[in-house]
Amino acid sequence: MIVAVLNISWQTLADALSLGGIYALMAVGIGLVFGVLRLVNFAYGQLIMAGAYSIAYASVWGWPAWAGVLLCFGVVLALSMLMDWLVFRPLRGHSPAVMLVATFAIAFLLQSIAVLAFGQLGTIASTIGPLNQPWDIGGVEIRKIAIVSIAVAAFCLVLLQLLLTRTSIGLHMRAAAMDFTTSRMLGVRANRVVGGAVLISGLLAAVSAFMLTGRNPQVTPIFGLDDTIIVLAGVVLGGLTRPIPATLGGFTIGFASGILGGALPTNQSQYLPSFLFGAVIVVLLLRPNGLFTRAAAVERL
Amino acid sequence: MTVRRLPELLGPAALVLATALLGLAVSVSLQNYFLDTLVKVSIVVALYVFIGNSGVLSFGHIAFVALGVWTAGVLTVPESQKNAIMPGLAHFLLHTNVGNVASLALAAGVGMLFALIVGLPLMRLSGLAAGIATFAVLEIVNNLLRYWQAIGPGLNAFSSVPQTTGIWQAAIGAFICIAVAYAYQRSRFGRQLRAAREDPAAAAAAGISIYGQRLLAFALSGGLAGLAGGIYVHLLPIEVDNVYLDLTFLTLAMLVVGGAGSLLGAVVGALAVSGLDSFLSAAENGVDVFGWHFDLPTGTSVIVVGTLMAVVLILRPSGLSGGRELSLPRRRPRVPDLPKVRAPT
Repeated sequence: MIVAVLNISWQTLADALSLGGIYALMAVGIGLVFGVLRLVNFAYGQLIMAGAYSIAYASVWGWPAWAGVLLCFGVVLALSMLMDWLVFRPLRGHSPAVMLVATFAIAFLLQSIAVLAFGQLGTIASTIGPLNQPWDIGGVEIRKIAIVSIAVAAFCLVLLQLLLTRTSIGLHMRAAAMDFTTSRMLGVRANRVVGGAVLISGLLAAVSAFMLTGRNPQVTPIFGLDDTIIVLAGVVLGGLTRPIPATLGGFTIGFASGILGGALPTNQSQYLPSFLFGAVIVVLLLRPNGLFTRAAAVERL
Repeated sequence: MTVRRLPELLGPAALVLATALLGLAVSVSLQNYFLDTLVKVSIVVALYVFIGNSGVLSFGHIAFVALGVWTAGVLTVPESQKNAIMPGLAHFLLHTNVGNVASLALAAGVGMLFALIVGLPLMRLSGLAAGIATFAVLEIVNNLLRYWQAIGPGLNAFSSVPQTTGIWQAAIGAFICIAVAYAYQRSRFGRQLRAAREDPAAAAAAGISIYGQRLLAFALSGGLAGLAGGIYVHLLPIEVDNVYLDLTFLTLAMLVVGGAGSLLGAVVGALAVSGLDSFLSAAENGVDVFGWHFDLPTGTSVIVVGTLMAVVLILRPSGLSGGRELSLPRRRPRVPDLPKVRAPT
């Protein structure tokens, strides 16, 4: 048994799986937008932060949990549409590096707005706090949120796969991700595809916000920032341009960080980011196009 | 060197000199803003040497600044106080102390050496992969400096480093960075790298080793970043979070706002954003300008700088300078530019 060999508990394994699931969703959210816009959205974490604050403030105002989650979806979707309209749209066609720096700016902008509006200390989302309690399954204690997030992530990924392979908008999206110009010539409507990608990416951000808040109800202005940085690395690891490699990359890095964080003793687990990003560099050097992609043709002029 | 090209060096240098002289004229409390601005100029010019000339994005340069901070800081804290702020320090560092200038030289050396070692594998990457990989370098260096107490203070600030950075030391640091950047971009190495930036395929076909040229620029800019870090730690008691994401964001914003394509852009961007940032930071504590009283809530400066950066990126992606250098007008009439052919994307 792997679990016994590596000396990790079931709790750690479940936590790692759930973190992998959440990161997989975030990875798809980032990967979909990258596919159609060639834009790495560094500000994705701030969407999640906004969603988490919605849940936290809903619980401060005494709203029931479902209303908080609903508010989270509303706020995140509105914000991602606004971001598309104000930032992504004017930036279309710029080089990926310029767009990355621009979303970097947006990320810091939103973060400092959060500091200004909500303060450094953070707010606690108590309505979904009970999700942090353990469930007793056959003598093994596992946090509820771990099981919920594995289930939700699996459900979302299946739904997404169906959407991408079985519907016309999904087909358009995949075509646009491969070659935007050619697909437009063949009748794919650019705005519809981009809008769809931004919408789905926003929905996934809202789902991730809910689950990350379930894991850690203390919402601060830097909520989701570290996660986004790790997911971005994971997406690049897996391969940015296609949804499935991106998902696998996100899952792998989430799972790996969950397992390492649980298995390493505390005086070593503080160096976890170094291990993780060291691995990222190694993979990037060996497979610059990503772990889970076939060898891509060299881009010709 | 032709006389016509001199403004390319003298323009930025004159801007720095003007800033330094202005800094000498104002009160001591205001002077800190000018000192800080001059250090930022050094950092942004260091960034420019690599990003501007190669066109490859690097999020990792603040790691080299941080190493410069650590090198110069650890080696200049008085021996009697080393135990107090750096309890876990390795033995040989505990009893090694150097002077101000030596510490700066070592900071630059460590920055350059580390950039060279990191660059050896990393400079094979370009585009997004390079961006993410350099980001990974920043994360790793930050993580190690934060927790590894054998090489520095960990989470403590460098509180008893001698404050030897005055206006002149800061200005000389900026001059050195500008002079090196100028000499590099006028050298054949700089030209080769710029050629590779404009058209990698054509440059490679002309026999340019893109990898080698990028590595050279990376090591050089790592050295300048280390120097800037050394100057920085002699100015303020720096801690690990001062040389992390916020500084990365701010310096990148400066480079982008000014225009990453030219030395003038780097200096103008650093001065403009730093000036604005300093003014807003001062205004967060309340300030009077021409009879108007400003009292802004804390955090306004980051919001304004972030908005400015986004707006400049969207409306003018080549920055305030438009990627141009200062130069005297040509004597001969210009040959009209050939119509530009758009590369298929």
